[in-house]
Amino acid sequence: MSIEIRNLHFTYGEGTPFRKEALRNVNLEIRTGEFIGLMGHTGSGKSTLIQQVNGLLKPTAGEIRIHGKDIHSKGASLKDIRQEVGLVFQYPEHQLFEMSVYKDVAFGPTNMGLSKDEIHSRVVDALDRVGLGEDMQEASPFELSGGQKRRVAIAGVLAMRPKILILDEPTAGLDPKGRDEILGEIGRIHGKGDMTVILVSHSMEDIANHVERIIVMDKGEVRMDGPPKQVFQEVEHLEAMGLGVPQVTYLAKALEAKGCGLEGTVTTVEEAMAAIRSLLGPPGPAKGGGIHD
Amino acid sequence: MEKMIVGEGLVFEYHQHNDAGEVEHIHRAIDGLDLEVRKGQFIAILGHNGSGKSTLAKHINALLVPTEGWMRVKGMDTREEGNVWKIRQHAGMVFQNPDNQIIATIVEEDVAFGPENLGVEPEEIRRRVDQSLDAVEMGEYATHSPNKLSGGQKQRVAIAGVLAMRPSCIIFDEPTAMLDPSGRKEVLDTALQLNRNEGITVILITHYMDEAIHADRVIVMDQGKIAFQGTPKEVFSRTEEMKAIGLDVPQVTEIAGRLKREGYDFPVDLLTIEEMVGAICRLK
Repeated sequence: MSIEIRNLHFTYGEGTPFRKEALRNVNLEIRTGEFIGLMGHTGSGKSTLIQQVNGLLKPTAGEIRIHGKDIHSKGASLKDIRQEVGLVFQYPEHQLFEMSVYKDVAFGPTNMGLSKDEIHSRVVDALDRVGLGEDMQEASPFELSGGQKRRVAIAGVLAMRPKILILDEPTAGLDPKGRDEILGEIGRIHGKGDMTVILVSHSMEDIANHVERIIVMDKGEVRMDGPPKQVFQEVEHLEAMGLGVPQVTYLAKALEAKGCGLEGTVTTVEEAMAAIRSLLGPPGPAKGGGIHD
Repeated sequence: MEKMIVGEGLVFEYHQHNDAGEVEHIHRAIDGLDLEVRKGQFIAILGHNGSGKSTLAKHINALLVPTEGWMRVKGMDTREEGNVWKIRQHAGMVFQNPDNQIIATIVEEDVAFGPENLGVEPEEIRRRVDQSLDAVEMGEYATHSPNKLSGGQKQRVAIAGVLAMRPSCIIFDEPTAMLDPSGRKEVLDTALQLNRNEGITVILITHYMDEAIHADRVIVMDQGKIAFQGTPKEVFSRTEEMKAIGLDVPQVTEIAGRLKREGYDFPVDLLTIEEMVGAICRLK
């Protein structure tokens, strides 16, 4: 499902002393099936933007079209929009409340008024997609580990069968393994159908490893928009906005400054390995006789 | 060097009760652990979620007392109730979520909260608040409202609040988990600066491997025990073991290790971009 955002402005507390302009003239076109990374420092407007996309906030000016339809036009149902645009908030495990994993995941589809069979098949499928087996269904969500809780919360959104999935920092506070597992699952969910996925993250490495297109926000505006290789070339620009680039990209820059630059733009470990191999040629006996390991 | 924190034979069990109030399940979060931290050290603790890191951290300032074994902070046993307030003054904690730690509506009032509760003289409080805010480079925000600050700035105010108690040790429990890259850098730089310049003992619990490379010693926890420990170079060169217990190593360390296995002459214990650049330029 596509998203079109045109001339979007949003101001919090309009007409009060606390007035704050959060979004300024945002224009974006996101096509069906894209995997987007949304970056920006705290307060850059990312969270405001994603809340606009599923109608939790109403634009001060401009419009948002989901699948061609203005979500605030007459006749548009925000309830339908919110089923189609699934939003996983930060620390979603704080929103678990049911007695069992099954019931928690079933909450959304139950509210949609689906049949019992349909609810069952959706719950099983959603849990499977996040890597939780049937043996977990009767567990209390509160007995689970942090990473498992978070997967249950994501499954709860997936069970609504959204066509657009937005995740706000889904890996914050997780250990490296939990982080890789969740991102791997999100990648597989994206790879399976034509779901559009928007991943909000502060981890440059995670963004580089997973997304096809990066949108960078700063002071309520879209400042950069392009594939990771293009966006991560702008190190100074990103740093000025309180962001950075993956460690391997910094490595490539440092090598370039020393006169042994790598070929192409490097944003992932695999790319760095390939570029270093091609720089050094095939492995051979040690040169220089340095003392190490 | 003076011993700051010593724990021996530490065990901590969480008891889960059923509706009838009987113990249904016992979870050993810490399972036989010895710890020794000397004054002025910078220690990083790594471990996957549920490995017992935070439980251990809460023992250091007597938020939890061990089920078995003992913990002493500056020689004071945490099991003795009479020591608790003194221990908490010496061992301050900074938590993950900045919004949960700030209570006042003005930055300097928030920083003054700790010393006020200690019964410090007003003039001394003023001095401590100013010094603490300067130490975290937040002096110019003294009269601002905390809710307008960025995440990194809020964490620095929380650190200033701890500093105003004049602690000898600060325990940071994932202080950067909720921050953006510039906020992370601000908080990490502050922790390093307090350690190097003010001599404060720092214990940093983190999931970011690149934050741990600055430590004097890295402790890796798994299942309530210390799996292994050593200098950052010693610990991160054990890439396979780190990955096996759900952790990671810095990207450059991983690359060096993998290229080494392919036959390239890389040191396996390099941790920084500079070291990697040096290794590549030497081989070229």
